[in-house]
Amino acid sequence: MEQFADVRIAFEKRRERTMSRNYSNDDRRFDMDDDGPPQMGRGYGGRQGGRGRFRRRKVCRFCADKVDLIDFKDVKLLQNFIPERGKVLPRRISGVCATHQRMLAEAIKRARNIALLPYAAD
Amino acid sequence: MAEKRVYEVVFIVDPDTSEEDSTRLTENLQSVVTDQGGVIIKTENMGRRQLAYRIGRKTDGLFMLFEIEGTGTEIAELERRMRVSDQVMRYLTVRVDEDRRRADKLKARRAYKASKKPSAGTGAGANAAVGAEEEGA
Repeated sequence: MEQFADVRIAFEKRRERTMSRNYSNDDRRFDMDDDGPPQMGRGYGGRQGGRGRFRRRKVCRFCADKVDLIDFKDVKLLQNFIPERGKVLPRRISGVCATHQRMLAEAIKRARNIALLPYAAD
Repeated sequence: MAEKRVYEVVFIVDPDTSEEDSTRLTENLQSVVTDQGGVIIKTENMGRRQLAYRIGRKTDGLFMLFEIEGTGTEIAELERRMRVSDQVMRYLTVRVDEDRRRADKLKARRAYKASKKPSAGTGAGANAAVGAEEEGA
């Protein structure tokens, strides 16, 4: 049992690392996840020992701003969710809730259609 | 079919067309819509923009936006005209009334909840303050 747990932890750590490597270029864009309302802050991790990295609970920024509609013409906003490659940023990275991710994906696809956003970057 | 729908139409005009031609084009398209019984709520010139990818050797375009209220027949005619026109490089029509209605509903519900909550919220806040005081003492 003990061994199993170790393997699991190691696996998860590795996964975290690869994830952060893939998206490290875009991390700075998501700083806003870190300065949400302070009382909502830290979910778990990073107290004493245990986990090496500190992790905060992500809050959907659209829910926080009470956004009901995501406009496909708002390129500046949508650009935040388009990493270099031009793909849609996954929810697990951005922390956007399912409802808003759906709206966001739709808006991005529309924006792509009229050349406001790229389908693929080079 | 009688009900009114609201559409947003964005189209890209070839950047090489003269100012005169592009205004004539937009006026033409507007008259197409009004002839079919549609109402133009808003027109907006979004200006010259860089395209995210090339469309037939062009790297930028003039973006125009119409907001149209109608039944759908004028949209069909408008799209047909735009497809035929050489100056229109790309167009996109989105029906927005349903989404807007949904957004309004959500907003109304939130307002309703907020109007109900404040009393409870302050109550809890007061209790918390009392609790803090006790702890301090």
